[in-house]
Amino acid sequence: MGLLDKHHFVERNATLLLVGSLVVVSIGGIVEIAPLFYLENTIEKVEGMRPYSPLELVGRSIYIREGCYVCHSQMIRPFRDEVERYGHYSLAAESMYDHSFQWGSKRTGPDLARVGDRYSNEWHVQHLIEPRDVVPESVMPSYAFLKETPLKVTDVSMELKANRAVGVPYSDEMVASAKADLAAQADPNADTSGLLERYPKAKIGDFDGDTQNLTEMDALIAYLQMLGTLVDFSTYDDAAGYR
Amino acid sequence: MNYVSETILLAVGTFLALLGAAYAYDSLFAAHMWVLFFVLLVSTVVMLRKISFASAGQASKSRAESEYSDEVIKYGVIATVFWGVVGFLVGVVVALQLAFPDLNIEPWFNFGRVRPLHTSAVIFAFGGNALIATSFYVVQRTCRARLFGGNLAWFVFWGYQLFIVMAATGYLLGITQSREYAEPEWYVDVWLTVVWVAYLLVFLGTILKRKEPHIYVANWFYLGFIVTIAMLHVVNNLAVPVSFLGVKSYSAFAGVQDALTQWWYGHNAVGFFLTAGFLGMMYYFVPKQVNRPVYSYRLSIIHFWALIFMYIWAGPHHLHYTALPDWAQTLGMVFSIMLWMPSWGGMINGLMTLSGAWDKIRTDPIVRMMVMAIAFYGMATFEGPMMSVKAVNSLSHYTDWTIGHVHSGALGWNGMITFGAIYYLTPKLWNRRRLYSLQLVNWHFWLATLGIVVYAAVMWVAGVQQGLMWREYDDQGFLVYSFAESVAAMLPYYVLRAVGGAMFLTGALLMAFNVTMTILGYERRETVPGAAPALQPAE
Repeated sequence: MGLLDKHHFVERNATLLLVGSLVVVSIGGIVEIAPLFYLENTIEKVEGMRPYSPLELVGRSIYIREGCYVCHSQMIRPFRDEVERYGHYSLAAESMYDHSFQWGSKRTGPDLARVGDRYSNEWHVQHLIEPRDVVPESVMPSYAFLKETPLKVTDVSMELKANRAVGVPYSDEMVASAKADLAAQADPNADTSGLLERYPKAKIGDFDGDTQNLTEMDALIAYLQMLGTLVDFSTYDDAAGYR
Repeated sequence: MNYVSETILLAVGTFLALLGAAYAYDSLFAAHMWVLFFVLLVSTVVMLRKISFASAGQASKSRAESEYSDEVIKYGVIATVFWGVVGFLVGVVVALQLAFPDLNIEPWFNFGRVRPLHTSAVIFAFGGNALIATSFYVVQRTCRARLFGGNLAWFVFWGYQLFIVMAATGYLLGITQSREYAEPEWYVDVWLTVVWVAYLLVFLGTILKRKEPHIYVANWFYLGFIVTIAMLHVVNNLAVPVSFLGVKSYSAFAGVQDALTQWWYGHNAVGFFLTAGFLGMMYYFVPKQVNRPVYSYRLSIIHFWALIFMYIWAGPHHLHYTALPDWAQTLGMVFSIMLWMPSWGGMINGLMTLSGAWDKIRTDPIVRMMVMAIAFYGMATFEGPMMSVKAVNSLSHYTDWTIGHVHSGALGWNGMITFGAIYYLTPKLWNRRRLYSLQLVNWHFWLATLGIVVYAAVMWVAGVQQGLMWREYDDQGFLVYSFAESVAAMLPYYVLRAVGGAMFLTGALLMAFNVTMTILGYERRETVPGAAPALQPAE
């Protein structure tokens, strides 16, 4: 008990107590979090991951604004039931451009990590306007106002630049054409060859059933429809990616 | 006192808010700056009206009777009660929204925006005010020193209320970082950092000018909580704003690293905000109320250092079986299980403080409340390590079991120990002989306890059922239930949960009434519950 008897040194010196506590509480974070930034196998090497297109990025901001993460996870765990219900388990690489991550912590509603391509755009519009029209058991709030709200983005290239500042590899070309890309992705008549070159597999077309207006509904569905669709799992090697 | 410079600073702040609204980069920022403008405008007017014109030298009229600065603590107690009632009420509302989705009012009062309002209101508004008020009270008494920094304590109090108002209005407007329990956007985070540094200065400054040679154990916990929250808050909220006049920012980290940083923060919001800080309360108010010394000095040393060391590691248990590398998950699980020991060490230290005075559980409803708080602390800190075992977590994660666990800790431990502290503080601060009514305290105790029991039990059943339904296979090898069926199955539990929450809210309303009447100086004529009947002389 000798050590405990010496504790009165700490108890009489506020600076010692302060610095001591700070050191003690720093250790865990340094050992657990810091290695994730330099250990090479933290994120698997996969084909297909790319930064979000401008419309997807803005849709993602609406997803965050409405607090969807409160009830929907985007993280499929490697269990038989989850893989059969939702699709291939989520890879670390699949959220490598997510600032912030959207893994979630609660499934009041189902996981959305691979909701892309699962339902039609029309289904999403119906579901977001009145969830119980298509899923009678649902307890999700209605988001009809999204369809009435024009998509207002002050300057979408600024969004890309902020992402670039935190490490998302947006090229100068992507930043320069961000505004045009935003409009083109939701316009079935636009020339989208450049957009598709910059953002392969981007979903293109009118999302909300209203070709006249670019609404928040367009952006949100564009985001939902690409979730989990980028990595081609027919060529992904589970064993090589195991950590 | 005339507070001239304070008033001028407020007026300047009001003007800056107006400029912010005018030059906003996006409409949400403009809306939020209008909120700030009106809040600061009202504050400025209030300050202006407080100015009294008198000849120089006649200014300082009366110092408080007590040497301690207690006025700010009185405000803190009232704020705690007020935000508690608000937070619990919003909790009942969101609980009902899950049972009856028609109660969502888009866009401002949809569940996704109101739930962060509930969590922040109870953790940061109710819990935070309780921590600030009690820490100011405790540090002065145990150091025998007046609060350091004069009016800085007032800045901490009002600055913190401003943070709460900005965070809460931001959620309803849709301004969020989507980081659980750290939702406020970058500019609100910057403001909280300023307030928090001031809080640290007041607290540490008071300790440094203490007249007692030793720093009392409650202050270790308070200090550990303040310092660690500062570290967690700053690191977790590192982000790059799109514009300095806009709401949106992008986290400095992405994906895996971001997830672990957030849950390192998130779990230690529990570990330090809701545990270490509230243990500071336990180490002061329990010994005072039962009039006994802390059970073991040595145990409290081990409790403090082991607890703060181990808690920090436990974050990864929120990310079991995710894309977080296995080594980090396992490390998080091991430390979470080890954490059980210091937690129960602290529980034993708190409970055994009653040794020799156990009869007070029967005679003193405030002691009863504190003991129930410590009991719930023990239960929650057993359940937590159990749920952090990967095999258990594979069932419990993503389900309502987690919600039940959080609430047995938050309502049982944080709620009850705070109620106990408020009932202790109110008569002392306002110089009343006793509370307005101890019978009401008794009613509060039972309503709260039964409410928590209903809540937790219902959520256990709900969570386990959810988890089992999701993984149920039939003998053909097909999944039995669609996700929607598991949602439908939750309805009775969600209704009952709201009932449990409403009971807890009712108890808090009784407390608000009781505290108000005590402050106003009323005393209800009543027999103290549980007290021995007056003895009759033998004939």
